[in-house]
Amino acid sequence: MYAVFRKELADHLSSKRFSILFILVLLAAMFATYLAIKNIRGVVTPTTEFVFLKIFTTSGEPLPSFLFFLSLFIPIVGIALGFDAINSERTSGNLSRLLSQPIYRDSVINGKFLAGLAVLGIMTVSVIAITSGFGLRIVGVPPSSEEVLRLVAFVLMSIIYGAFWMALAVLFSVFFDRVATSMLASIALWIFFFFFMSMIAGAIADAWIPIDQNSTLEMVAKNAEIQGMLGRISPCILYGEATAGLLMPKLGSLNPALMMISLLVAGRMSTPLPFNQSLLLVWPHIVSMIALAAICFAISYIRFMRREIRSI
Amino acid sequence: MGQVVVETKNLTKTYNGFTAVDKLNLRIEEGEIFGFLGPNGAGKTTTILMLLGLTEPNSGTAQVCGYNPIRESLKVKRIVGYLPEKVGFYEALTARQNLRYTAELNNLPGKEAEENINSLLATVGLSEVADQEVSKLSRGMKQRLGIADVLVKEPKLVFLDEPTSGIDPEGIEDVLKLVVTMAKKGITVVFCSHQLHQVQKICTRVGILAKGHLVAEGQIGRLGRKTTTGGRYRLEAQVARADPKLINSIKRVKGVVEVQGSGDSLLISCDKDLRGQIAKVIVDSGSLLLGMKIEEYSLEKIYKKYSKEA
Repeated sequence: MYAVFRKELADHLSSKRFSILFILVLLAAMFATYLAIKNIRGVVTPTTEFVFLKIFTTSGEPLPSFLFFLSLFIPIVGIALGFDAINSERTSGNLSRLLSQPIYRDSVINGKFLAGLAVLGIMTVSVIAITSGFGLRIVGVPPSSEEVLRLVAFVLMSIIYGAFWMALAVLFSVFFDRVATSMLASIALWIFFFFFMSMIAGAIADAWIPIDQNSTLEMVAKNAEIQGMLGRISPCILYGEATAGLLMPKLGSLNPALMMISLLVAGRMSTPLPFNQSLLLVWPHIVSMIALAAICFAISYIRFMRREIRSI
Repeated sequence: MGQVVVETKNLTKTYNGFTAVDKLNLRIEEGEIFGFLGPNGAGKTTTILMLLGLTEPNSGTAQVCGYNPIRESLKVKRIVGYLPEKVGFYEALTARQNLRYTAELNNLPGKEAEENINSLLATVGLSEVADQEVSKLSRGMKQRLGIADVLVKEPKLVFLDEPTSGIDPEGIEDVLKLVVTMAKKGITVVFCSHQLHQVQKICTRVGILAKGHLVAEGQIGRLGRKTTTGGRYRLEAQVARADPKLINSIKRVKGVVEVQGSGDSLLISCDKDLRGQIAKVIVDSGSLLLGMKIEEYSLEKIYKKYSKEA
């Protein structure tokens, strides 16, 4: 398996696909951070807490925040790493040659998946590290130990998120024989989750509990709750909420509407949560994301192992 | 009789109710070039896949180099090379890198493997393009690279599935030469092909598969004798007059099996190429020799007969 892993890793790192994506992500991240920092200067007062994390979450007009860019690009990177993992081997005639070598069949899919994971890790860590360094230099405020912890959790969550998209793309690459089909299927699913899922969740919630001028606060809360629950079917929303929880310590709830309501009721800004409480808040999200990635990988694994070689 | 390298007993494989290989009993001995013939869909590739342990048979057993390909798949794959019909390489890697990857997958140590790869590239005549990307190689070169790839692991047994399809005559010639060299080194070769004259040129023994059954097996000469009566060669001589006396004197030539005469032509069946001797007999008898044609039993005839029978 090690040989497969090493070869795939080398392939990824030397591929044009990787270079293009890496440069794109890095540029977007730098611009977003730069503009965010310009905006922070106007907002930050001596009493502001977690200034360093604000580099990532503040949106610098006209660009959205670093966080938004990352949530946009990670799925693309994940899909790019996985969509042709198996079917390109099959169409190029490499798979039967590969499988006639003295390796276990699962080494192929495991090695490929691990190599993709390693690339995702390298990419996420380096992009976040570079932007952190960049931000540190301009802002001049070093991160506190808690901020560092939050950033590490954020990096891990991002890698898991990427792993999910990669596992999904690998799944399609096992099921569809044509590379174009598996790529389109992955991208279609991503577009659905990224752009439409929150709209659909909202529509269903509104149909269930209609809200108008006379609605009570309870009904509004109920509506928001349903919308939140449905939205979490989408891994994109799951990731958005989890990273918001990690990078914005002041969020006491991950549902924006519920958050607003609790603020209204309390009548004041909430105090920031300690790191372990934030982690507890997003823990279900992290677990669900790992589970989603594991399910996708398990299905592709089983399918790949059981498939008759004749059709290779 | 050499050692048995491949032996199958009642090997059967069905795909969704369709029997691809039906109670196959195959025996291949060490050091031979075995021509594995049969029309498309006869079950040749399926048989190979089962022998490599890539597909599980529904029933029956197989032994490859003393191992069971299902339970000891890795051991089999360590010493058995397989060149698939539509072989492909990583197009973005060079020829050498592709071979290096195969060596790594076989757990071969770096330095020895490197030397081995160099000599293999020289053997298949690809030394000059070894560091070019595979996408730039011609079809024939890729096929030769495929042969080098199979040999990287220093196999005892090699399955070549249609190694000459889709390449030019010169390329075919190169591939056939390589196959013969392989056999000389003591590697047993199973050569699948539709190109019967190529098989006839290099194979010591053939097996004909039709609809999953092995319908014929043996040396080409022996199979030929079974198919048509008489010797291995058919000679057709045009003479001025085919009288019984001439026919009798030809029959006395050593190696002639049968002689038929009609009008001015003689049909002679014999075991060897006896053109010289027969011509001498005809001329000595005072008759005029006008022309002579010789025809070896073609594998094509044998093949047609058996694949029709099935």
